[in-house]
Amino acid sequence: MPGFLTLDDISKHFAGVQALDGLSLSIDAGEIHCLAGENGSGKSTVIKVMSGIYRPDRGTIALDGRIIPSFDPISAIHAGIQVIYQDFSLFGNLTVAENIALGAELGEGRHLVNWRRVRRVTETALERLGVDLDPDADVDDLPTAGRQLVAIARAMIAGPRLLIMDEPTTALTRREIDSLFTVVNEIRRGGVAVLFVSHKMREMLEISDRITVIRNGRKVAEGPTDSFNEAAITRAMTGQDISDTPYRAPGGGFAAGPRLSVKGLTLPGQFEDLALDIRPGEIVGLTGLLGSGRTQFARALFGLEVATVGGICVDGVAVHIKRPGDAISAGIAYVPEDRLTEGLFLGQSINRNILASIYHRIAPLLVINRVEATRRASDMITAMRIATPTGAKPVGQLSGGNQQRVVIGRWLLTDARILLLNGPTVGVDVGSKAEIHRIVRSLASEKGLAVLMISDDLPELVQNCSRIIVMHRGRFVADMATSETSEREISDMLTSFR
Amino acid sequence: MRVLQRSETLIAAVLVTVMLIIGLINPAFWSADNLFSILKSNVIVGIMALGVLLVMLSGGFDVSFPAIAAAAMYLSVKTMLAVGYSGVALPFLGAVGIGILCGAINGFFVWKFRMIPLIVTLGTGAMVRGLLLGVMGTSIVNIDRFPTTLIEFARGEVFVSNHTDGSQSGLSAMIFIYLALAFAVHVVLRYTMIGRSVYALGGSFEAANRVGISLGKTIFFVYCVAGALAGFAGMLHCSMIWLANPRDFVGADLEVIAAVVLGGASIFGGRGSVLGTMLGVFMLVMVKNSLIVMKVDTTWQLVVIGSIIVIATAATAWRDRKRLV
Repeated sequence: MPGFLTLDDISKHFAGVQALDGLSLSIDAGEIHCLAGENGSGKSTVIKVMSGIYRPDRGTIALDGRIIPSFDPISAIHAGIQVIYQDFSLFGNLTVAENIALGAELGEGRHLVNWRRVRRVTETALERLGVDLDPDADVDDLPTAGRQLVAIARAMIAGPRLLIMDEPTTALTRREIDSLFTVVNEIRRGGVAVLFVSHKMREMLEISDRITVIRNGRKVAEGPTDSFNEAAITRAMTGQDISDTPYRAPGGGFAAGPRLSVKGLTLPGQFEDLALDIRPGEIVGLTGLLGSGRTQFARALFGLEVATVGGICVDGVAVHIKRPGDAISAGIAYVPEDRLTEGLFLGQSINRNILASIYHRIAPLLVINRVEATRRASDMITAMRIATPTGAKPVGQLSGGNQQRVVIGRWLLTDARILLLNGPTVGVDVGSKAEIHRIVRSLASEKGLAVLMISDDLPELVQNCSRIIVMHRGRFVADMATSETSEREISDMLTSFR
Repeated sequence: MRVLQRSETLIAAVLVTVMLIIGLINPAFWSADNLFSILKSNVIVGIMALGVLLVMLSGGFDVSFPAIAAAAMYLSVKTMLAVGYSGVALPFLGAVGIGILCGAINGFFVWKFRMIPLIVTLGTGAMVRGLLLGVMGTSIVNIDRFPTTLIEFARGEVFVSNHTDGSQSGLSAMIFIYLALAFAVHVVLRYTMIGRSVYALGGSFEAANRVGISLGKTIFFVYCVAGALAGFAGMLHCSMIWLANPRDFVGADLEVIAAVVLGGASIFGGRGSVLGTMLGVFMLVMVKNSLIVMKVDTTWQLVVIGSIIVIATAATAWRDRKRLV
């Protein structure tokens, strides 16, 4: 029996880049199919071919076994293929009901709006998904998970046969992911096929019936989900085994004196009486629920908030940190949680981003020494293994992993001795994640940096930190050597806080 | 509860508070005479504000409407005098036509060249005003030459009461034209696809494109309607003050935009309503009127209007930012 949608031997190239190379992929009616691959593997090109936006250079597209010669966006929509993009494409200023019904109203060529019909359509759509959303709420007032449900409900109104979801779990909490999966299963029961495009292995294994892994535009693995495990997917996605040897102190332990020493740090309403020592070469993990005060603590160390009580010492010298400039001169670097809005100048070149914190050093007499600037930037691009043909490329065009390397690289140029990493690998694919971990480890062990790694990703902490601190309601509630604890123990502790 | 959360409720509450305060300072504020005069001053600012509201909702901006209004009004009156025509409907249609033409030029540049609306309308506004003064001259059509039919038309009043001293006071009937236009714009915005497209476009350009809204049509629609309303307002204005001055409406942009922003419209587009705008217009006109009654110098009135723009914009920006967090 032919699948609902079959791509056969599809190739597509853009100016010198072979995005897809002889890819074949078939999706059956009523299955949940995962398309896995790292950033840049060709996942988004597949989505655009399936929705008719890109014409493949070679290969055929068949619906229900019949080859469609010129497959364009209109034929994709008529065939019942709906895509939910990562940004959802919703109208934040309009209500849930209007967002859901607007497309259908337009599609029917109406000129007048009948609000009763809009409401009825919305209520039916929400009911069918089994979700409870206020149709009159503004979409801007909804959390991400709610917006996603609106996007799904809107797509379902068109009566789709295939729903393509691009990275649907990126911004969701575990509980929200669970309810998303319930909804997706509900959709499948109606005979609709779902293509889940993702790079998160656990979720793929949990939800899908079949998995296809692509790398560099080629299919590298395919099969029923039962035949995969995390290691197998990782190997297929990256083409290599990723080591997970834990980070341990070098022989003889860490040096005695603390590099960073925090005593009694307090910011009323945010955190209270925090004390912490990090020795050179040590990577300390910090975790806690959202709102535990962990981000505020890091921001206070970097001078983005000013703690009212307590002291900070760097290499035994007391420092007063009132603004980021103070922290930078004290040798503290901060890689923020949301690198897109807080850490990078997206429209600016890689070089400028890397040099942003040291311009005053390479600009004697207020004129930038261009030779020096180019040399330093290109050295750092090589050292951090940033994948780019030129440092002049805008940072916004890099993948998540490479962007994160740009941020870290910038701080290395300031001769930072203390590195505060907040969610260092959020939104970064497996291969880059391992590479970032490798870089952070070598910075600690070879250059003697003191690293504070704040993360929700417990395996990441267990693997890279020698010590893990758990924070709750603005206080450190546990401080454990990694060798004496486990992912399980920390996870149970965090669950007990909820 | 939902009613309490609406911006209009807050604006209305502020409006009532300001009215009470003004009434305390100056009890004459509550006289029918004064209230009628305030309502009359709402008409022109209000009609122009409806156009500016439309443009702002779509995520655009328009500062060319005072020039369009002046040009539409002056050209129509001059033509009437030149050919000796004495009707009412035709000059108004002519003014609206001129407004639509100018609006279409704005829409063309905004859509075809993806230009920033503020820059486009600054440019077209200056061009229209300059051409008007250069080609048509700067002479004012005074009451002695002004078409009497227009004066008669705009003179209509209701609720006329006779005072003991023999003077009369009444509510200008022009207020009903304003209310009818406001109602029409409200219906278009709320119950037609093109109206919802305006909101959608102001909410997200990209999402509007993906959902299949005709962006070009929507952009032309808002600028043409804004131009038409400006032309109509210009014509009505000269009929009400009995003279046509090609230099009229200088500074009106500031006042009208202040009123629209005060009415809760977001300068980033997508948020705002006809009711809010009408409240904003009323509040602005009332404050201005009170400043005059209290004999505050015109230069200081500018300071007040400027402050209103800054404060109201800050308040709406704060409202919209709060949503994002």
